[in-house]
Amino acid sequence: MGRIPRDYLINRLVTLVLTILIAATIIWIIPRLSPVDPAEIALGRMAAGAGAVANSEEILAQLRANMGIDQPLIVQYLKYLTGALVFDFGLSTAAFPTPVSTLILNALPWTLGLMILSLIITFFIGNLLGALMVWDRSPKLVRVAIPAAMVFTSIPPILSGLLLMWIFAAKLQWFPLTGAYSIFVEPGWTWSFVSSVLYHGFLPALSIVIVTFGFWALGMRGLMITVQGEDYVKLAEAKGLRPRYILYRYMIRNAILPQITAFALKIGLLIAGQVLVERIFAYNGMGKLLYDAILNQDFPVIQGVSYVIILMTALSVFLVDLLYPFIDPRIRHEAA
Amino acid sequence: MAETSMTRAEKRQLRRLKRFDNPWMNPKLIWGVGLLLGIIALGLIGRVLWDPELVFTGSAPLKLPPIGFENIRGQSGVLDHPLGTDGGGRDMLALIIIGAPNTLFVGLLASLIGMSIGIFLGFSAGFLGGRTDDTIRVLADVMITIPPLLILVVFQSAFGDVTLTLMALLIAGFVWQSPTRLIRAQVLSMKQSGYVQMAQLSGASTSHIMFNEMLPNLVPYLFGSFIANVTTSIVTAVGLEVLGLGPQRIPTLGRTIYEAINAGALIQNLWWWWGIPTLLLATMFIGLLLINLGLDEVSNPRLRKLS
Repeated sequence: MGRIPRDYLINRLVTLVLTILIAATIIWIIPRLSPVDPAEIALGRMAAGAGAVANSEEILAQLRANMGIDQPLIVQYLKYLTGALVFDFGLSTAAFPTPVSTLILNALPWTLGLMILSLIITFFIGNLLGALMVWDRSPKLVRVAIPAAMVFTSIPPILSGLLLMWIFAAKLQWFPLTGAYSIFVEPGWTWSFVSSVLYHGFLPALSIVIVTFGFWALGMRGLMITVQGEDYVKLAEAKGLRPRYILYRYMIRNAILPQITAFALKIGLLIAGQVLVERIFAYNGMGKLLYDAILNQDFPVIQGVSYVIILMTALSVFLVDLLYPFIDPRIRHEAA
Repeated sequence: MAETSMTRAEKRQLRRLKRFDNPWMNPKLIWGVGLLLGIIALGLIGRVLWDPELVFTGSAPLKLPPIGFENIRGQSGVLDHPLGTDGGGRDMLALIIIGAPNTLFVGLLASLIGMSIGIFLGFSAGFLGGRTDDTIRVLADVMITIPPLLILVVFQSAFGDVTLTLMALLIAGFVWQSPTRLIRAQVLSMKQSGYVQMAQLSGASTSHIMFNEMLPNLVPYLFGSFIANVTTSIVTAVGLEVLGLGPQRIPTLGRTIYEAINAGALIQNLWWWWGIPTLLLATMFIGLLLINLGLDEVSNPRLRKLS
């Protein structure tokens, strides 16, 4: 079992904190550089609702004070950072007095559920197929069919989502077009609700799975080619072990390790891709929240969603980095 | 071996070997480059042969299907608009002639800029070492985990409309990390190699060592990294466009899809509206994938035997 040296841990922690800090700072600076004044947007929304607004100057000043944008920039920045630490991003401007954190908390389980489900499926299928492509005993059909399937996987999930949606939801009507559960069921831990969630989640998950498994398969193929020529595989063959046993216990087990690092680097792109899939399926997750916020120019929500997703990405990279020596005892961390 | 004594299969194999002797001439690479050139040619020749004015809203009847199909209202496709028209009365053929090169342009420009930054930072980090190396390495490590889409969503929703070039520049800010890391690692290992030390001993200048001794060895890696970044850039650009951000007045494939989804094209069975841009984007990505696989074969001869 590898033990994590203190220097390495500190190094990774510094990177984690810097990532979050830099991302949070960029997200904070950008709207402040923009000529758009959030108080004026809020006033405009008020005016649109009421027809006309009296004392607009005073209301603007009051709105600015409420949003805290009348204070010096450095105070605003520090307040924002301390707020971000406890996930306090203020109140949503579109769904007014709802705190942004409540909106995010409602959306997060949907996104996480969809992500974990599709990740596990792709990681499993992708690596297995990649291994079979190299294994000399796999049926010929596998080797011929896989490169063809691979071509499909260079496509981003939003395109496959559109295609699946059209075929299975609009044309064949096997699956629902949008939403995360049927409007006729009551949310709760009942069988009808759970089955409705699974039924609605199938197409979004499938559209992610069919376009991401190729990434793992390609990576695994490259690694298996390297492992194939190793002496311990030759020895295992010479010992007369069953080929299937060699494949799973000797080849895949050794080849799969770098895939876990690739996993960490890929996770940011995966989450971004999923946000788009959620948007086209109008799935109740972070993607829909983000899209609605963009439509309504709801900056606190846009900031909050971006921050939380970046935080998720940075944390998972950090965790994979730390767990790696436990998965692969051959790796010894050097003090970087 | 005399050529006459060979079987036909052996001869074919010999021809194949001769043809593939040059690793750059492998079929994957050729097909990939061909697909991308095809899209560029569509944009260039299309502008001459087809009327680009037809991209304007209302320049054609609404929701006409492609030739040979019928839409819900029973209209069939007409020769004036061979790929049909969208819900805003724009000719689909004109839309892709203008839109597809725009999408590719964003990807290529962003990747090119990112690559240049990467080459510069990677060499600086590898060569100078010390404080510079630490700063660049930590910065690249930090930036590689931040998904570009989300930062750009914040940016574009704050600033509203952007131009294609500005979008490419913004995306370039997120695709320099992997070339930087790649080049830094390669430079560090090459610094130890005999020919670089030889050059140093014979008094070659730093720029000579960088560009004449080291850079040629990096070419296959640089190409691979460049193509991967083009894919990432296009995915990010299309993502922004599908969220309704990105350039608002310039036709792009992503924006066309955005408009189609918003207009309910899926339920109305207007498949050509979103399907044609989707197909073109897919072609683009498949082309890029093939180029990348082809480049892998160039830099990793082990893969060549297997395929």
